Amino acid sequence: MADTILVVVEQQQGKLNRASWETIAAGQTIAAATGWALEAAVVGASIGEVAVEVAGKKLAKVYAIDAVVLGAYTPDAFAVALKQLVEAIQPKLVIMPHTYQVRDFAPKLAASLGRSLISDCIAFRKDDTSGQLLFTRQMFQGKFAADVTFQSEAPWFATFQNGSFRGDHAEDGAAPAPVEAFAVTIADGVVRNKPEAWFKEAKAAVDLTQAEIIVAIGRGIKEEKNIAIAQALADALGGEVAASRPICDNGWLPMDRQVGSSGQTVAPKVYIALGISGAIQHVVGMKGARAIIAINKDAEAPIFEIADYAVVGNLFDIVPPLTEEVKKARAGA
Amino acid sequence: MKILVCMKQVPQKDAPLKLNEAGTWIREEVSYEVNEPDAYALEEALRQKEKHTGEVVVITSGPARSQQVLREALAKGADRAIHLEDDAFVGLDAFNTAKAFAAAIKDEQFDLIFTGLQSDDYGFAQTGVILAELLGWAHATIIMQIEKTEAGIRVKRELEAGYFQYVDMPTPAVLTIQSGINKLRYATLIGIKNAKNKPMRKVAMAEVASAIGPNLQKIERLYVPQKSKQTQLLEGSPGEIAKKLVDKLRNELRAI
Ligand SMILES: Cc1cc2nc3c(=O)[nH]c(=O)nc-3n(C[C@H](O)[C@H](O)[C@H](O)COP(=O)(O)OP(=O)(O)OC[C@H]3O[C@@H](n4cnc5c(N)ncnc54)[C@H](O)[C@@H]3O)c2cc1C
Repeated sequence: MADTILVVVEQQQGKLNRASWETIAAGQTIAAATGWALEAAVVGASIGEVAVEVAGKKLAKVYAIDAVVLGAYTPDAFAVALKQLVEAIQPKLVIMPHTYQVRDFAPKLAASLGRSLISDCIAFRKDDTSGQLLFTRQMFQGKFAADVTFQSEAPWFATFQNGSFRGDHAEDGAAPAPVEAFAVTIADGVVRNKPEAWFKEAKAAVDLTQAEIIVAIGRGIKEEKNIAIAQALADALGGEVAASRPICDNGWLPMDRQVGSSGQTVAPKVYIALGISGAIQHVVGMKGARAIIAINKDAEAPIFEIADYAVVGNLFDIVPPLTEEVKKARAGA
Repeated sequence: MKILVCMKQVPQKDAPLKLNEAGTWIREEVSYEVNEPDAYALEEALRQKEKHTGEVVVITSGPARSQQVLREALAKGADRAIHLEDDAFVGLDAFNTAKAFAAAIKDEQFDLIFTGLQSDDYGFAQTGVILAELLGWAHATIIMQIEKTEAGIRVKRELEAGYFQYVDMPTPAVLTIQSGINKLRYATLIGIKNAKNKPMRKVAMAEVASAIGPNLQKIERLYVPQKSKQTQLLEGSPGEIAKKLVDKLRNELRAI
């Protein structure tokens, strides 16, 4: 077992995603704490340029796994290819971004090696006294955090949530890291899924990314007819109405008004969250707002962790008078 | 089509959760409900059965209380249930849970296994994918549509930022289902009555113990996360809060 950390970066059509740089930054942090060497792997077809781009970071080595069958992502091909790399180089720890793609294959990869994956981590810490590596992850939809340890032999697998580390903190190397081609054998018949090209559903009718003020509703709005209460506030403020996923799942608002990892990413001047608990998949879509006002009846709702202004209370009591006050203020202004 | 749906009982969304003395888990005396994506997985299985005939079997692991999710599923139309019943199932990691399920269904022949895409408690998002690996089956995750084809199935995967993708794949397969794939039904009175006579197979820990091993990961400590932001708490009557908010919107945020 080598004392190394392997970062598996993610690229789509020759472009690295932001989470890849964040995971390299995570790897550099863990390497600094443990003294282990840091290596990276790029997986795909025709990924030579991407591998060179990654090699600009402070890394000991970059493995390029380049094969035609890895061109269109499938869990079978990715798990088999990475299993071969992990078996060959025997890293202690393998880390990846917690993207839709990684969550599709990483549990399979770890299980195929009889090992464990700590998924969706938000932080890492080495305990100075015990020497234990602690991986922090959210539990109960963000209401609690847990420090988790591996209980098996290495290799260990962990994925990090988007935004856990800062991509711009990924250090450049003094000189480019060597890029090494790693050949994999993926036999016919191994890949069972036939994926088609990505597509977007109907074109969005509203561009929330341009809205200066967003009034967002969550399940706390209770009934479809209550959306009018939020709409009135949005109208008074000259803003747009947006929603958490369950509201759009119910068909109460169209999907183009959904904010979060499977919806829009917005960064308005003011984001008013009404009856939204603050699950991470929602928060990633709105935490870039300049100011967040949260109204929620549960004082312990995770949304308050990122709110600038917090109101603990019933939105049905607070929003109507708020709308009236806004109207008065605007009329007077 | 013969479909197995893996379902989990989790604390109710609005339930106030408290830490146990040791700070390793929550106090269990809260109200529970079906993990939301699992409810969508069941609904999808029932719809597939209605279209193509077949059988829908539901499975869960957990203490006696978790039988409730199976009862509800039977009332909605599932044909039979399997309950891996033991308090100790709650603490299993995703690998062990998948191993226990694989052992419990070793004499069955399913075409499809559905799970919710992740649970509201642990949030691993792993059990279904690991189960597929253990069974040697194909899998696909975060599914928003399923159609039967001649060679197998065609599924619609949700991807990040509003993208989707169709994937053709063979059966048997494991699919993890995303909330919103369909509209949930309610159990009918007659359904609830019929559920009482539907088969419920109980599986004791001893029956699957040889298939599982020690957990490969461990929660050392569970705690309330630290706040990273300075938050101003606005208090008062609704009228006072409204005035304070308008003051902030106007003078601090320049939004009015
Ligand atoms: C892969 C994946 C992708 C996802 N993508 C997204 C996404 O893009 N966007 C998204 O939003 N979610 C997404 N989710 C779902 C996400 O995990 C949460 O389930 C969802 O955000 C919860 O929505 P909510 O906050 O409205 O509901 P809940 O979590 O049920 O919260 C409702 C809140 O309302 C409060 N409340 C209730 N009544 C009142 C009242 N009268 N007054 C004030 N407050 C009240 C409650 O205290 C509670 O905090 C995704 C999940 C997964 C697994």
